[in-house]
Amino acid sequence: MTFGMSRITLDEGDPTRRAFGDALAEAGSDERIVVLDGDVNNSTYTMDFKDKYPERFFNVGIAESNLVGVAGGLAACGKIPVAASFSVFLLANAYDQIRMSVAFPNQNVKLVGTHAGISIGDDGPSQMGIEDVALACSLPGFTVIVPADAASTTAATHAMIERDGPTFLRCGRPKVPVVYDNGDSFEVGKANKVRDGDDVTIIANGIMVAMALDAAEGLATEGVEARVLDMHTVKPIDTAAIEQAAAETRGIVVAEEHLAWGALGAAVAMVVGEHHPTRMSFVNIGDTYATSGKPDQLLEKYGLTPDAIIDAARRVLKD
Amino acid sequence: MPQARTEERSAKEQIARQIRRNIVTSTTAAGSGHPSTSLSMVEVITQLFFGGVMRYDVKDPHNRERDRFVLSKGHGAPGLYAVLAEAGFFPVEDLATLRKLGSPLEGHPNMARLPGVEASTGSLGQGLSMGIGHALGARLDGLDYRVYVMTGDGEMEEGQVWEAIMYAGNHGIDNLTLIVDHNKYQQTAAVDEIQPLDPLDDKIKQFKWETTSIDGHSFDEVEKAFDWAVGIKGAPQAIVANTVKGKGVSLLDSEPGKWHGKPIPPEEEAKALEEIGA
Repeated sequence: MTFGMSRITLDEGDPTRRAFGDALAEAGSDERIVVLDGDVNNSTYTMDFKDKYPERFFNVGIAESNLVGVAGGLAACGKIPVAASFSVFLLANAYDQIRMSVAFPNQNVKLVGTHAGISIGDDGPSQMGIEDVALACSLPGFTVIVPADAASTTAATHAMIERDGPTFLRCGRPKVPVVYDNGDSFEVGKANKVRDGDDVTIIANGIMVAMALDAAEGLATEGVEARVLDMHTVKPIDTAAIEQAAAETRGIVVAEEHLAWGALGAAVAMVVGEHHPTRMSFVNIGDTYATSGKPDQLLEKYGLTPDAIIDAARRVLKD
Repeated sequence: MPQARTEERSAKEQIARQIRRNIVTSTTAAGSGHPSTSLSMVEVITQLFFGGVMRYDVKDPHNRERDRFVLSKGHGAPGLYAVLAEAGFFPVEDLATLRKLGSPLEGHPNMARLPGVEASTGSLGQGLSMGIGHALGARLDGLDYRVYVMTGDGEMEEGQVWEAIMYAGNHGIDNLTLIVDHNKYQQTAAVDEIQPLDPLDDKIKQFKWETTSIDGHSFDEVEKAFDWAVGIKGAPQAIVANTVKGKGVSLLDSEPGKWHGKPIPPEEEAKALEEIGA
């Protein structure tokens, strides 16, 4: 099912977590939806749902393991539980509960992790979900979505609820640039080509999509036309779009706000390796935890910038 | 939804013997599994399914008004399967397929494959949370079903159990009954040697639960405990069932610390079945 983004009016540059909260409150008229919170609803923006539908909102306290287990029980009763917390606490703290109550029995639980990535800034590495996409992708049957901006997060939230099956939706803390115009569409599992080009392809998700577009502008001044794919769904991955990019351009750069191992870079590389080997390079946090700092300082320090993407593209294109 | 099955005492005792027999034969045939863990829970699960406690419909196992039994101590699967088979969820002959490739009777319960299994368990500490989810589902849907969750005593060492106990107590979830199968032994030693728990009922009570402690092999006490639990309003109820690991088979219950996760050897099976008397 395709979700249009035209019905969404958002202030430019809203955080994706805010867009999720608004969309959840809007979708809440569906009485099957129940929301579980680990006492961070004013950070995840599930507070809007809480205000509208208090009887279907459960703040279980600072207890993510119990939170996910309760969500599993509610799903078994035919509810659509949306369990939201900081990405790192939900995925890392409650991983075995997700395995047992959600993934293994293939239950219709929606996990929403906010404050993902190093762009949360000052709070520091204990609060940063930078392993979360790899953890979610490793679970059989999971759908994993990392939207780029507010409008696509709104569409992704509705799509996640419509779609049956376990899903992880990753949202960030800071405001993010607008990538999509009204009228653009969003479909789970289908990459959005947000810029066309035949020299090199940049595959990105989350906040790296806007940076990829900036990088593409920079490359264009050098006469290099970059295709930019928003690979918002890491799993199931859009194999066709990757194969096409590998065939039609000279190489692929993968950019993500995540550790190097096990997330978008790995997913794209698996497709490339099996179906259409080509040159690749990767822009990510690498194999390290970050530090405290301002978001922009951290993105610079850990190499998540348009310039880093441009450098990666040059490596791919080098003879 | 059919009324709960209420069998006479002698019939229940016969069913319990049959369940014990099937626990022994299925695990011995599999060559692995946890018979001693399963044998300690027999009177409680017999009472739940045959003592007029739980409403269920084997022809409609997902009926939304059914009562739920969540076996959080998933390694007690042979006991759960034996009682489900006895109740008619699937043929008793299927118990012979325990742990075999292709069988839905996996080493630990898998809710996606076997009717009557309400939660996939086996990673300890998680069933009570899932049970709370089921109990909240009744509230949301305006239904009056009840949820019964059984944990092991060693399992109470898992932190998640106490997260769940805190939540259920604070929110007065009264369609929820926890039974702790307090058989005193965990994998490598007595619970008292690893993490002493007693007085377990007092500990749970501090979290705003109603609690009782009983002899988990006495049908009199088990019956009374469930009658008591159903009558409690405004608080979840915990039944600490004091039991014997391996109950009913002298090879196991004379040395309860020695047999965790070990089936009865084939050459000892006949004597064990003779003792059970089924």
